[in-house]
Amino acid sequence: MKIRSTQAILECLLEQGVDTVFGYPGGTILNLYDELYRYRDRIRHILTSHEQGASHAADGYARATGKVGVCFATSGPGATNLTTGIATAHLDSSPVVFITCNVTENLLGKDAFQEVDITGIAMPITKATFLVRDPEEIVPVMRQAFVIAASGRPGPVLIDFLKNVTAPSQMVEYAPVPAILQGDRLPEIRALRRRLSAPQPDEDDISRLLELIQQSERPFLLCGGGVVRGRASAEFLAFAEKLDAPVAITVMGGGGIAGDHPLSTGMIGMHGSHASNTACAECDLLIAVGCRFSDRIATDAATFAQQAKIAQIDIDQSEIDKNILTDLHIVGDAKAVLFALNARMEQMNHTAWKEKIFALRPAEEAAPSGGNLTPAQIMDTINRLAPDTTIFSTDVGQHQMWAIQSIHFHYPGQLLTSGGFGTMGFGLGAAIGAQAGFPERRVLHLTGDGCFRMNCNELATVEHYHFPVVTVVFNNGCLGMVRQWQNLIYGKRFSETTLDRGPDFVKLAEAYGLRGYRATTAGEFEAAFRAALDGNGGAVVDAVLNMDEMVRPMVAGGSPVTDFLLD
Amino acid sequence: MKKQFDASRKRYTLCILVQDMPGVLSQVARLFSRKGYNIESIVSGATDRPHITRISIEVMADEMMIEQIAAQCRKLLPVLAVKVLDSEGSIHREIALIKVRTEDRDGREEIIQIANIFRAKIIDICRDSLTIAVFGTPVKNDALIDTLADFSVLEIAKSGTLAMERGADTIYQALQDMD
Ligand SMILES: Cc1ncc(C[n+]2csc(CCOP(=O)(O)OP(=O)(O)O)c2C)c(N)n1
Ligand SMILES: [Mg+2]
Repeated sequence: MKIRSTQAILECLLEQGVDTVFGYPGGTILNLYDELYRYRDRIRHILTSHEQGASHAADGYARATGKVGVCFATSGPGATNLTTGIATAHLDSSPVVFITCNVTENLLGKDAFQEVDITGIAMPITKATFLVRDPEEIVPVMRQAFVIAASGRPGPVLIDFLKNVTAPSQMVEYAPVPAILQGDRLPEIRALRRRLSAPQPDEDDISRLLELIQQSERPFLLCGGGVVRGRASAEFLAFAEKLDAPVAITVMGGGGIAGDHPLSTGMIGMHGSHASNTACAECDLLIAVGCRFSDRIATDAATFAQQAKIAQIDIDQSEIDKNILTDLHIVGDAKAVLFALNARMEQMNHTAWKEKIFALRPAEEAAPSGGNLTPAQIMDTINRLAPDTTIFSTDVGQHQMWAIQSIHFHYPGQLLTSGGFGTMGFGLGAAIGAQAGFPERRVLHLTGDGCFRMNCNELATVEHYHFPVVTVVFNNGCLGMVRQWQNLIYGKRFSETTLDRGPDFVKLAEAYGLRGYRATTAGEFEAAFRAALDGNGGAVVDAVLNMDEMVRPMVAGGSPVTDFLLD
Repeated sequence: MKKQFDASRKRYTLCILVQDMPGVLSQVARLFSRKGYNIESIVSGATDRPHITRISIEVMADEMMIEQIAAQCRKLLPVLAVKVLDSEGSIHREIALIKVRTEDRDGREEIIQIANIFRAKIIDICRDSLTIAVFGTPVKNDALIDTLADFSVLEIAKSGTLAMERGADTIYQALQDMD
C-alpha cells in the first residue's frame, strides 16, 4: 500500500513498539511533526527545553528500559545540539535512534539556512549514519537503524532525512512487518542482524577459561557495563558464586551485581575501594566481563593486575587487546558466555583469599551525626528512605562518585550515569527518560551545583509532564571534582572552580512550578527528602555542603591502582 | 599467553573491501586520523565484484596499532573484509608520472635512456619537457625519481600503492559472514 513518507517513518516506529519519543521541532522537520500530530494518540512526544535534554532523555529511557530510545530534532542547531547526547550514548553503548531532517535536495551543500552536515559530524560518535535522499529508502533504513542500534554492542544511530523526502506529496510503498518477524521475512534484515550479533561462544575458549579458573588460587571478577547492557546479571551472579571470588564493579557495571552481595567489593579504579584495587593488584586471575579497561579503571596499564592472567569476555572484538593485553579472551554476549561457563563450571572455594580481601572492606557504619551536612549523611538518608526499585541518575563529579560508592544497586538499568563521556548535564534528561519509561517507579536525580546549572532548564519538562522526579543537588558551591584535583595536585590554586553565584535552587524550583527544599544539616536533609518524596510532582532538594569534601579513596591517573593519593 | 606485538614502526598496507556507498572512504580514513596517523597513500577503485570497492591504505605503524585500526575498521557497516599486509608476504605496485624539463637534445636522449633502463614509458613529449610513466614497486619508482634528480623535475604524481597477497590466497577469504 502507498502511504505518505512521514507516515512510513512513524509506522516504522510503531513496528518497533515505540510509544514514546523525545524531541524538539523546527523548520526542516515540520512535515514529520505534522504527521506526529495525527499519530499523537499512539506515539507520545515529550517536548524538552533543549535538544540536549531530549538526547539524554532518549538515552536514559534506553538505559533504564533496555529498549531502543528515539529522539527527533530539526536541522542545523537542532542537530548539533544533539551531538553531546549522541557521544554520551556512544561511549556508554546505549541504543538510541536519532532522527533529524535536513534542507531540501536542491539546497544541499549550499550553506542553506540551518544546513549542517550532521551525518558527517555524527560519523565518529555513532554506529552508523544515514542520509536519506530517496523516499523509497525510508522503510529499509528505519528498520536497519533499529537492528544496528540494538544488535551486538548497542549504540546510537543517526538518520538524516532531506526535507523534500518528507514532503506530504511523497508517497511510498509500505507493508507492515512487526519487528519480531522482520528477521524471518526480510533477508536484508536477517543478514544485518547476523552480521552484527555476537558470535556463539567458542567451546574451546570456554574450556581454556575453565582451566585457568581451576589453576587459580586468587581469582578476581570484574563486572562491566556489558553485564548491564546485556541484562546478564542472573548469569553473572551464578558465575560469581561458583567462582567464589571477590567481585568489583566499574562505573558502568553498577547494577550488574547487587552492591550488598557478600562477594561485592565495590568500585574499582580511580575512586575504587581498597578491597577492589588491592584484589586487582594481588589476584592471579582477573576475569573481566563487558569492560574495556578504560584509563579510569586501569589507571596505569603497565602495572594493572600485574600478577594475574587476564581473561576478557566482551561482545566487541575490537575491545580485545586494546587497552590491556589479555591471556585469554572470549568474544560473545555476556549472557551467552556466562551461561556456557556456568553449565560446565564446578563450585570453587577461595575462603582464605576472599577473607584477605574482604578484611579491607570498610565497616558499614552510619555516618557521624551532627554538624554541617556531609555527603555521607546524604547517602545514608537516601539509602534508608529511597524505595528498593528506585532508579538513580547522576551527573558527573564528586556527587557521582559518592553515589556509586555508597548506593547498593540491585538490577541492570537502575543506575544511569555518563561513565565513558563524563557528560555534565546528563542526569536530569536521563531521569526524565527513565521516568517516562517507568511511570510507577521512583526516579532520583543526584546532581552537583555545577552540572545542575547546565541543564536545569529541563525542570520545565519535569513540571509540564508531571514527572515526579526528585533532584538532590549536592551543593558544595564549587566544581568539586575539579577543585579536588586542584586541592591535591595543583597546589590549591582554585582556578575558576568556585561557584559563588545564583540561582537560589529553591526559588528556581518554585519558578518552574516545582517544590524546593533546602537542607544544611542531616536532620533538615531527612525532613526535606521525605517531604520531596511524599509530595506530588517533581521536587528539588538543595543540600548545602562544605566545599572541601573529597571523594575517597583516590588514585591519580597514571599511577598503579594501589598507589592511593587519598585513603 | 599474552599476544606479542611487534613494536617496531613498519610500513603496512591495509586492504579493505567495502560496499560502494557515500561517505565510506571518509569513514575508513578517519580511523587513522583519530589516532594521529598520517596516511602515506590511499587508493580506492573497483574490483571484480559489482558494487564492491577496494581501498588500499599505506601507513607507517606498529603492529598493535595497525591491528586495532583493522579491528575498528571491521566494525564499520560498509566494510566487508579487511586484511593487513606487511611488505614480506605481499606484492606492491604503484604508478608514477614524472614531468622533466629538457634543456637540449642530449639531455632528452639521456632521460629517455634512463627511462628505458627502468622500463618506464615516455607518454608525452614536447620541445622543452617530457613526461615519463613508470609502473613498479614503490622502491623501483623512487630509484628512477632519484636518478632523475640530476635533471630538472617539474612535477611528480603517484597513484598510491596497490597491494595483494602473494600466492593463491585472496582477500575474499576474509569476507565477513554476510548470509
Ligand atoms: C560538559 C562538561 N564540562 C566539563 C567537565 C569537567 N568536569 C568534570 S566534573 C566537574 C565538576 C562538576 O561540578 P558539580 O556539578 O558541582 O559536581 P561536584 O564535583 O561538585 O559534585 C567538571 C567541571 C565535564 N565532565 N563535562
Ligand atoms: Mg559542586
